[in-house]
Amino acid sequence: MYNFDFEKPSTIADAVSALGTEDAQALGGGQTLLPTMKQRLASPSKLVSLKGIAEMQGICTGDDGALCIGGATTHADVAAGAGAYAGLAGLAAGIGDPAVRARGTIGGSLANNDPAACYPAGALASGATIVTNAREIAADDYFQGMFTTALDEGEIITEVRFPVPEASNYQKFEQPASRFALVGVFVAKFADGVRVAVTGASEDGVFRWSEAEAALSGNFSADAIVDMAPGADGMISDLHGTAAYRAHLVGVLTRRAVAAALSLPT
Amino acid sequence: MSQVTMTVNGKEMSGDAEGRTLLSQFLRETLGLTGTHVGCDTSQCGACVVHVDGVAVKSCTMLAMEAEGASVDTIEGQAAQDGTLNALQQAFQDHHGLQCGFCTPGMIMSAADLLKSNPNPTEAEVRHHLEGNICRCTGYHNIVKAIMAASGQDVSSIAAE
Amino acid sequence: MPKDSGIGASPKRREDVRFLSGTGNYTDDIQVTGQAYVHFLRSDVAHAKINGLNLDAASAMPGVVKIFTGADFEGVGGIPCGWQVTDRHGEPMQEPAHPVLAQGKVRYVGDQIAAVVAETLEQARDAAEAIEVDLEELPAVVDMKAALAEGATKVHDDLTSNLCYDWGFVEENKPAVDAAFEAAAHVTTLELRNNRLVANPMEPRVAIGDFNRATGESTLYTTSQNPHVIRLLMGAFVLGIPEHKLRVVAPDVGGGFGTKIFHYAEEAFCTFAAKALNRPVKWTSTRSEAFISDAHGRDHVTKIELALDADNNFTALRTDTYANMGAYLSTFAPSVPTWLHGTLMAGNYKTPLIYVNVKAVFTNTVPVDAYRGAGRPEATYQLERVIDKAARELGVDPIALRRQNFITEFPYATPVAVEYDTGDYHGTMDALEKMADLSGFEARRKESEARGKLRGFGVNCYIEACGIAPSNLVGQLGARAGLYESATVRVNATGGIVVMTGSHSHGQGHETSFPQVIAEMIGIDESMVEIEHGDTANTPMGMGTYGSRSIAVGGSAMVRATEKIIAKAKKIAAHLMEAAEADIELKDGAFSVAGTDKSVAWGDVTLAAYVPHNYPLEDIEPGLEETAFYDPANFTYPSGAYACEVEVDPDTGKVTIEAFNAADDFGNIINPMIVDGQVHGGIGQGIGQALLENAAYDENGQLLSASYMDYAMPRASDVPFYGVDHSSQTPCTHNPLGVKGCGEAGAIGSPPAVVNAVVDALRSGGHDIHHIDMPVSPSRVWQAMNG
Repeated sequence: MYNFDFEKPSTIADAVSALGTEDAQALGGGQTLLPTMKQRLASPSKLVSLKGIAEMQGICTGDDGALCIGGATTHADVAAGAGAYAGLAGLAAGIGDPAVRARGTIGGSLANNDPAACYPAGALASGATIVTNAREIAADDYFQGMFTTALDEGEIITEVRFPVPEASNYQKFEQPASRFALVGVFVAKFADGVRVAVTGASEDGVFRWSEAEAALSGNFSADAIVDMAPGADGMISDLHGTAAYRAHLVGVLTRRAVAAALSLPT
Repeated sequence: MSQVTMTVNGKEMSGDAEGRTLLSQFLRETLGLTGTHVGCDTSQCGACVVHVDGVAVKSCTMLAMEAEGASVDTIEGQAAQDGTLNALQQAFQDHHGLQCGFCTPGMIMSAADLLKSNPNPTEAEVRHHLEGNICRCTGYHNIVKAIMAASGQDVSSIAAE
Repeated sequence: MPKDSGIGASPKRREDVRFLSGTGNYTDDIQVTGQAYVHFLRSDVAHAKINGLNLDAASAMPGVVKIFTGADFEGVGGIPCGWQVTDRHGEPMQEPAHPVLAQGKVRYVGDQIAAVVAETLEQARDAAEAIEVDLEELPAVVDMKAALAEGATKVHDDLTSNLCYDWGFVEENKPAVDAAFEAAAHVTTLELRNNRLVANPMEPRVAIGDFNRATGESTLYTTSQNPHVIRLLMGAFVLGIPEHKLRVVAPDVGGGFGTKIFHYAEEAFCTFAAKALNRPVKWTSTRSEAFISDAHGRDHVTKIELALDADNNFTALRTDTYANMGAYLSTFAPSVPTWLHGTLMAGNYKTPLIYVNVKAVFTNTVPVDAYRGAGRPEATYQLERVIDKAARELGVDPIALRRQNFITEFPYATPVAVEYDTGDYHGTMDALEKMADLSGFEARRKESEARGKLRGFGVNCYIEACGIAPSNLVGQLGARAGLYESATVRVNATGGIVVMTGSHSHGQGHETSFPQVIAEMIGIDESMVEIEHGDTANTPMGMGTYGSRSIAVGGSAMVRATEKIIAKAKKIAAHLMEAAEADIELKDGAFSVAGTDKSVAWGDVTLAAYVPHNYPLEDIEPGLEETAFYDPANFTYPSGAYACEVEVDPDTGKVTIEAFNAADDFGNIINPMIVDGQVHGGIGQGIGQALLENAAYDENGQLLSASYMDYAMPRASDVPFYGVDHSSQTPCTHNPLGVKGCGEAGAIGSPPAVVNAVVDALRSGGHDIHHIDMPVSPSRVWQAMNG
């Protein structure tokens, strides 16, 4: 790693100010950033840990019934504490491994927007609101292609607000080495329609599979999307699976997510 | 360089660290606690697992400075003062849950983390909990068996005694 | 009733205590006072001319001690190859120079361009980035067949082509083999790849060079399976240091699996640089670095043909294999596809005619050498896959077809130059059938089908040649070293024993199992015996641990030395009891005179040897210490039958291992607990090869699976509990313990069972599939099912 300064502020305001330094970067759990830095693929001048900021920790329910999760909340805490939104808790419980879940944070994952990460699918399918120190961003506007988001330089995700659907489920088919999603599909059924978000598959990062959303909004059952799969154009093709295979998996996992959502509590 | 202080295996310890000094590096090189091993650089293998404030983490993917003021438990602190192995360590020896020993510290620390929250895990739960710990020697058979035995379960019916 | 000590008992491993309490002493745990750190600048392209290196800026960076390049190693020896294969035409293989640091050219991603020694590792890395390298990229050859095509770019300009050798075995048999194929009632053909693997012991390699100017002695601490071999190769061929001025220490080593046998450039560099700089130099590989600097394994592309007569007897076998050597010849690389592969092609079967052709090929990839099993897994995989395919084509039961063709009489001379001393292939198959509950399979298949899954059953046999190896034989075959083993047994005055062995334990538990043998022979408690290994300064010259040789060869050396001890002790006892030496018996740690009640304890005799007040000084010397070197008369031939049951999810192509059973014949067994563990670990690696692991290169020679993010290692959730049986025991006839070795069996015997099971599952679902290349990943299975 290249060397850097380290700061651990205790308020959002101090963190924002610390991030004002040129090439400073926020540090969530570091589970992706630190390995990247070990390969010398990133060289921040300063890392600003968000772990000491109490107001960015924890889970609560908002006045509108949405689940509000602090940006520095770990995957383990979401897995254990998001019982009101079982689909999301299940997603968090399947990220990485126990030690990674103990450090990694929701804000860190969403800010990084790895094309194979789980949280982007959960946030996009939920129609979540990404709350930063400066503004609120709708999930539909937030994800802008792999490793690219609407965040500005120095902007911190302080909270993520998840509307809680009537039924939901996340299905992840693991890439066997990294245990990231080879393909992951999050299905969320709301009173006004169904949202389906797919991670791991597309060269453009997480996306909504609108064709399935339309079919499922009319008939929330796996039968509504039998034999349906997105086109293979634009899907990732690598050592672990071709574009056609990934496209096929999107269909399979969406059906499984719908079936599971119907048989399990929200 | 600045000074970092943490409580390691119940004793307060200090040492110099740069921003980039990893917790694993601080434990091994600064404090001389070489029982914590480093087997990869992408946070997969788990040989470096220690407990920070009671939670299992990968010490190669945490900065030493992030552990300032924390309570850190490592493999060196698991046995009793007189060297008597704890129940989990003893089960690993009894059931041949290690061969070369390199992944073992991380395995023990991860297994201890599991048994704390789930004192009576099923085989599937044990295997799932070890998702982040790679062993190349044992094929996992005797590791899983040892962890189940340490939890007080009868493992005598498991194949290949 | 299981024994509680001695041969056949399973005492808990004594080495575990230090490993479980974090007090092991692995090479990276060693800090030598004053050590500097080296970082190797490695090529990030597969093939290029080095037109220039500008070190000016880098040398001026903070903390830099010195930057070494290939120029510093002119006149220094290259990394030697320990085996020379002679080709079909009687010509020696092509053997390229292998410099410690690249000279003029880089030949694979990972090749060392320069070595930066600095006060800290990060300073060394910083400076390495500041080296200006002028590389002129050349086309890379990656695919073996393309590398042999007319006009292909040469990896080594001074060689005639990329062909290392074209080996035929047994060349004289070829016309008869071809004739048998002409006459065959049925011929089954299969083309397959044995996937390239990375051994991945969990401890990455480490080397620390140290030099003592006062004594002129160099010391190398290294993660090696065989410190004496490293001392010999590095001292004699690379650096020109005589053995008495070079000490090699391999302390606790965190797994080897073959990849820590070889002498690597980093070892020579650290030893060289420590002397040049007069200070210790340490290198610790990162895992990412290991992927492009540890020798890889396997990587064979094979066409195999099996001829059968009208009664389904195997009449001939013919194979055509391309074996990847990578860019340079690693220590044992040439022997792996030849003498460790061709000689095993008979397997467990009495096929009378066999011809094996192997073309070894240089490519712009990491050197390839032995990985757990080395050649024998490649032989077993192709043979057991083609037999399974033949059974399906002929509509016969795969187990029955195997049984029909089993060798049943021993000793058995195969048509591929080896003689099996003992075996009972029906015995292991009987044991396997019992474990695998074949009669319940159809019910289990139905149950899987009810859940929308396909279930398959696969079986295979294996034979391996281990206990490596008779020196005179391997000498004829091209080995440039002997493959004996050594032991010094030192009995102390009060009766305790220290055994100094040339074998090296890096997970095998020698510190526990070796004392069991001595305790049994003398009748004393195992706690009275300690094992020392891993340091050339205090162990006799021995060849180390690989090829399942430790107990068969190293154990035999220890037995021979102990026999000398016992013989001398009997002389002393005879003197003490004023009896005839011929009448002295040793039992339960006491010497007695036959037919009398006279006896002296072990400790009385050992004390007399060192306090020789009443001692036959005119006949024998004082002291009780003996050394033996044991050179085996033959290989040993463990064998077995393995079965795998899988479930395939037809929607995703994912394969899960539902059951895995292994029946092995290892001859006599010293510590069943340790043997079980060795088999478990081998099976784990074999399942890894079959389902997950793949060192894949792109066409430019970039390694695509260059970290644990893309190279899939088996996790606990990828495997089940295994069934292991070794009740079938036909002792080896030519070593004193009747042992055969068990370290590689699991890795050799398991991949074909897995693939056979997957094919069986898919066929049960109506898919006309005969083969899927390993790793049988979900994507490949799905592709096979969907055209």
